[in-house]
Amino acid sequence: MSLEFLVASAVAALTAAGIYLTLRARTFSVVLGLAMLSYAVNVFLFATGRLSVDRPPIFDKAAEGYTDPLPQALVLTAIVISFGMTALVVVLSLRSYLETGTDQVDGRRDGPEDGA
Amino acid sequence: MNHLLIAPILLPALMAPILLLALRFRLGAARAVSLLSTAALLGFALVLVAQAATGRVESYALGDWPAPFGIVLVLDRLSALMVCLTALLAMLVLWHAVATGLDKRGWHFHPLFQFQLLGLNGAFLTGDLFNLFVFFEVLLIASYGLMLHGQGPARLKAGIHYVVVNLVGSTLFLIALGLLYGSTGTLNMADMAERVAAATPDDRGLIAAGAAVLTVVFALKAAVVPLHLWLPVTYASTSAPAAALFAILTKVGVYALVRSGTLIFPDGPDAVSSPAAYGLLPAALLTVVVGFVGMLASHHLREMAAYAVLGSTGTLLASAALFEPMPLAATLYYLPHSTFSTAALFLLADLVARRRAGYGDALAAGPSFAGAGGLGILFFLAALAAAGLPPLSGFVGKLLILDAVRVSPAWPWIWGTILMTTLIGVLALARAGSVLFWNRRDGEPIASPEPLGRVAGPVAGLLLALAALTLFAGPAADYARATADQLARPMSYVEAVLGPGE
Repeated sequence: MSLEFLVASAVAALTAAGIYLTLRARTFSVVLGLAMLSYAVNVFLFATGRLSVDRPPIFDKAAEGYTDPLPQALVLTAIVISFGMTALVVVLSLRSYLETGTDQVDGRRDGPEDGA
Repeated sequence: MNHLLIAPILLPALMAPILLLALRFRLGAARAVSLLSTAALLGFALVLVAQAATGRVESYALGDWPAPFGIVLVLDRLSALMVCLTALLAMLVLWHAVATGLDKRGWHFHPLFQFQLLGLNGAFLTGDLFNLFVFFEVLLIASYGLMLHGQGPARLKAGIHYVVVNLVGSTLFLIALGLLYGSTGTLNMADMAERVAAATPDDRGLIAAGAAVLTVVFALKAAVVPLHLWLPVTYASTSAPAAALFAILTKVGVYALVRSGTLIFPDGPDAVSSPAAYGLLPAALLTVVVGFVGMLASHHLREMAAYAVLGSTGTLLASAALFEPMPLAATLYYLPHSTFSTAALFLLADLVARRRAGYGDALAAGPSFAGAGGLGILFFLAALAAAGLPPLSGFVGKLLILDAVRVSPAWPWIWGTILMTTLIGVLALARAGSVLFWNRRDGEPIASPEPLGRVAGPVAGLLLALAALTLFAGPAADYARATADQLARPMSYVEAVLGPGE
């Protein structure tokens, strides 16, 4: 199995899980889904610099080729932002749960018809 | 290098921490610093507009790293216009927030406000796509805070929707950036424009996919149907000054669509990826319809203002989506009008709600309240502007749009939609005005919490801005036309960033 297949399937699995969880009715699964989506994007961004093994990211006369350092910097930025945003959503959902008394995304009370 | 370019970003970036750390417990000083800083920002913005009006595109390399390796800020007519618009709106909204004491009802209003301005100005000035993403995040994070300011269960519920929708939008933005970086190898917008034009057929597919995702992201920010569902709830449940400031947030989406559509993905003979190709025009027309019909169906004045944002942003995009110079010029004339008129409606809704204790801004008959006459006149003027009736600038703007879209074969659709929805808007606003100000129920007249003159300044200021836009429609339309011309020739932008071509 190639490296490309491994990375691509990881992105696909994380995205699928993320989309499924984001569409759930309760805030906890939505938060998890957003985290999954951001992991998927981080791996995807990392792969946009092309996948290569054992290549230096900076100029070296002896090196045969390079790996692109920019996507790694982008991923770092994306990780910081998504980490902060996940923390915000967690606090916000907790606060909303405490104030409205329900963790449904649309703020409804639990009824007999939605036991999800 | 012209260091003035970075001033609109640096000033709020310095003021926000000072407000947060040093002036946290001193409301008077915080108000003074915040107002002074926003006034200074307006001054910088006016100088920038004067510089951009010469027609020269200026670029500012951050850290003196040459483009395309470093991040650049770019000042052209469009970005100068947007920065100036932001500063003027912010000044009036901040005045309203201070006059009505909203900033007392929770912590950190002033720092959040400055961070919001930092994000907005950065998004308008940057010439780098990833930097645009970062500034989008800055303005979104600040807007989450402002949106929840004052709190309450309804606001929290809408806040969760708003935050989650925008987080998904940010994720899509990153995917688009990854696709575009992977296929062009650059994030600098000018450099990307050159590489997209020179792309090999192999790369075209990925570039088109990236452009499509990017268009979806910007359409989400601009609240284009079917990506509009977050807007009415959010804007109707937040505090009025925050909503009035958010009137410019949808314009960030419009700005980004116009910028990417004219610079990076211009319609060429072998265009792969113009946003116009993704059905932006029909979506924009549907947005207009949803917005104005929503106004007719609203139960609260603030909800009505939120739908007015949808309607007027849709009107903007209906003509911008043609990506032709004349319709773009009309769009750029209508853009300040749309921002100010919807912001005025939000602030008016707040004033009405403050005076009708127990009734709020609900569109239901209530007892007479103090200052109804003065407020009624202000509402009448704001309604004229929002509906696009003469004599205010909405009429001039819609006329320019109707005239300009005749270049497109789809013009009967645009004419029909805009004219019909204007009628619906007039009906909705007339109904709201007559219910609020004429239709009295018997009962004790409600005493006023404050004299009208103390709080009506910002609304009057917005209406004055609209009047100025009408009186000086000639120069304003000339500026808009010159801006559209500049956008139609992206070479000047590319040369300003990357240096004269080979």
